Amino acid sequence: MRARRVRAGLKGWGGVGAMAAFCALALAFVLLLPRTQSPDDGSAGLDGPGVAEGHQAADAACKDKDAEKLTLSPSAADGDTIAAIKARQGEKRKLIVGVDQNSYRWGYRDPNNTTAALEGFDIDLVHRIAEDILGDPDAVQFKAIPTNQRIPAIQEGRVDMIVRTMTITCDRLSDVAFSAPYFKTGQQLLAPKSSKIKGYDATLADTKVCTAASSTANTRLTEDRDAGRIPKSVNLDTVVPNQLDCLVRLQLGEVDAVVTDGALAASQAAQDPTVELKGDPFTTEYYGVAMNKDADDLVRRVNRILVEYRASGWQASYDTWLSATLGTDATTSKPPTPAQYLRES
Amino acid sequence: MGEVRHVANPPTTSTAPPPPTPAPVPAPTAAPVPTPAPAPARRTAFAEGLDKARAAATTEPGRLRIIGALLALLVVAFGAVTAWQTADRAAAADDVLHKSQPLSTAAADIYRSLADANTAASSGFLAGGQETAESRQRYEEDIDRAAEYLVTAANNADPGSPSSEAITKLNKLLPEYKGLVERARTYNRQGFPVGGAYLRYANQKMQKEMLPAAEDLYKKENQRLEDDYADATPYPWAAIALGVLALAGLAWAQHRNYRRTNRVLNHGLVAATATATVVLLWLVIGHSVARAGLNDSYEHGVRSLNVLHDARIASLKARGNENLTLVARGAETTKVTADGKEVTVDKYDHEFTSEMATLGKGLAQAAKLADDKAGEQPVTSAESNMAEWKKRHTAARGQDDNGNYEQALALVIGGKGATGECFDSVETNLENALAHEQTEFRQAAGDGLDAMTGLTVGAAVLAVLGAAGAVLGIGRRLSEYR
Repeated sequence: MRARRVRAGLKGWGGVGAMAAFCALALAFVLLLPRTQSPDDGSAGLDGPGVAEGHQAADAACKDKDAEKLTLSPSAADGDTIAAIKARQGEKRKLIVGVDQNSYRWGYRDPNNTTAALEGFDIDLVHRIAEDILGDPDAVQFKAIPTNQRIPAIQEGRVDMIVRTMTITCDRLSDVAFSAPYFKTGQQLLAPKSSKIKGYDATLADTKVCTAASSTANTRLTEDRDAGRIPKSVNLDTVVPNQLDCLVRLQLGEVDAVVTDGALAASQAAQDPTVELKGDPFTTEYYGVAMNKDADDLVRRVNRILVEYRASGWQASYDTWLSATLGTDATTSKPPTPAQYLRES
Repeated sequence: MGEVRHVANPPTTSTAPPPPTPAPVPAPTAAPVPTPAPAPARRTAFAEGLDKARAAATTEPGRLRIIGALLALLVVAFGAVTAWQTADRAAAADDVLHKSQPLSTAAADIYRSLADANTAASSGFLAGGQETAESRQRYEEDIDRAAEYLVTAANNADPGSPSSEAITKLNKLLPEYKGLVERARTYNRQGFPVGGAYLRYANQKMQKEMLPAAEDLYKKENQRLEDDYADATPYPWAAIALGVLALAGLAWAQHRNYRRTNRVLNHGLVAATATATVVLLWLVIGHSVARAGLNDSYEHGVRSLNVLHDARIASLKARGNENLTLVARGAETTKVTADGKEVTVDKYDHEFTSEMATLGKGLAQAAKLADDKAGEQPVTSAESNMAEWKKRHTAARGQDDNGNYEQALALVIGGKGATGECFDSVETNLENALAHEQTEFRQAAGDGLDAMTGLTVGAAVLAVLGAAGAVLGIGRRLSEYR
């Protein structure tokens, strides 16, 4: 009798316990998954509530080909934002910067480098900014930010700035503020050398093209396909968090081509001798440092740093990191000098 | 008992109290009872048989024949049902011991090996430079073990079952995963960040496809174990009822015999009664002992094993998330509500915290379930490892939050004083606890299964003997009419 009672209790509670554990697990997944996705959704809505306020005059006049000019004039004066950064105490007295850790020679971790330090062209610039603002080039906290998280990271104040091969566009200008351009590039196509794809044209018919989520490439390709500038049969379904993930998909044969900034496409080509850039860049774009829309003092300070950096530092960094992939002649990559500062406030 | 042996009375002078039916019909020869003249029209065989039986019931030898047949049938039925029901239960108990429980453990091990391999791979990447010999070896061993357990699971899964689907899926994904990790290694060696991208892709495959499939398999195998327990432990009521009925029938027949003939013992019927009693006692006692063993194996084995497996999985997930926090470097965030305010936190660190909570709960429960010192000791050790782990993790997070990435890295995957040490200790202790509970389970379930040994065959043989006894006993009485 006792045995039976114990067993009945056991069976009951054991079963219930196991079920409850599994239910809890399943519930946790169900509850957590949508939550982790939510920031992605946020970044997709480009016309958020922040659009209306702010610099309406500039937005109204914004043309993508002049977007890089819509920045504030340089100044060394400290304002609220810089004061807040300088007020950080002790170990926390660092500039928090969103970067990429997957862009070869832009912002990456060399696996053969025994320290875990990030390095590359973007990283050099970050150290220069930190040195100027905080007096120590290493006073930086790097945060790796996926492409589609760049704008939310700034808006939510998770980072002070983003230095991550970020193209200055009108759309983005309604959400964040950009510095003057520090690099010139254009969208370019990358495909296996043996591919029938010859460039950004009709040879793309019936191919799968990979782009990074919320990237300029993704926006541009979707527009061009809808407008008929590239064949309607181009499949753009493969969207990855990071442009480098596209190279993985390309090597695994899941896609036929990759579209990304020429500078990054060259970095990808440098990692795989069987792929190459196809055709010329089909856009002209500029990379800028992105900051909060209201951080006027920081934008001005970064612009002042960039004036100096272009004069000394830029070329050395280019030679170190990019000459191998983009060629020793840096002319096509140099941002316009002197920069124009058309934004008034 | 009353040793009153009456002298055999001739059947004609039966002095038994008058039975309900008018008995004393002298019938010198039993079979050719004069039957009514056959009806002109031919009747069905059944109706004829019925008539014959009805006619036979009117004579004592006829009645004896019917009683003998019924008794033999009852005893044989009792034996058959007992054999059938105990065979069922013994098979289920055997499955518990030799099939479903090992499979549930194999499934848990598949999950563990896969998760650990993924953690080892990401740790190797985290270490910067090239992965260490240890992390590489750990990864390889994990993959080997996962492949091994997959074969075990495949051998025991029924074709077409959901379990075999999950196994097929895992078998397909494992080489894919390994291929991605190999590529990551190659590119890492060349210093190309695309190696990291391959590792991310491999991780995604593991987290989104392989681990869910392994978890699914684990759940299915656990369910099968529960089902086998449910099949092995219920009392064989049908057999017990038939046994009681057979004994009652035998008792009635002997009582009737006594009333009719004043003879107390009929050897055949006594033998039948004895065998039926033995079978019934064997059935009830054997099954009760087996049940007790199985219940014990459930309470002290399976329950503890389940809790420990779950705790181990939580600890693995926590470790994986701890590593990913550093791999992702803040790339993934999630929103949580704390004190009524929605705050953005690191996704992996958040998951680490919740997995650690699960681990803590699991260990507390395991400690409660542990029924001896040997079972409790590793669990308590694991609990203190976990506390230390949490402490070190907080320190590592502090460093990372201050931008001291390299220091944080050293605190997580470095050697002495790193959280990795605590994780390894938790693993070792949980492994010991699992081994202990596994032994307990095997012992108890083995005892239970042993208690059923021979019951099926024994019941069948004894039932045949008993039926023979009943027939012989009645035949002895019948022969007195010749």
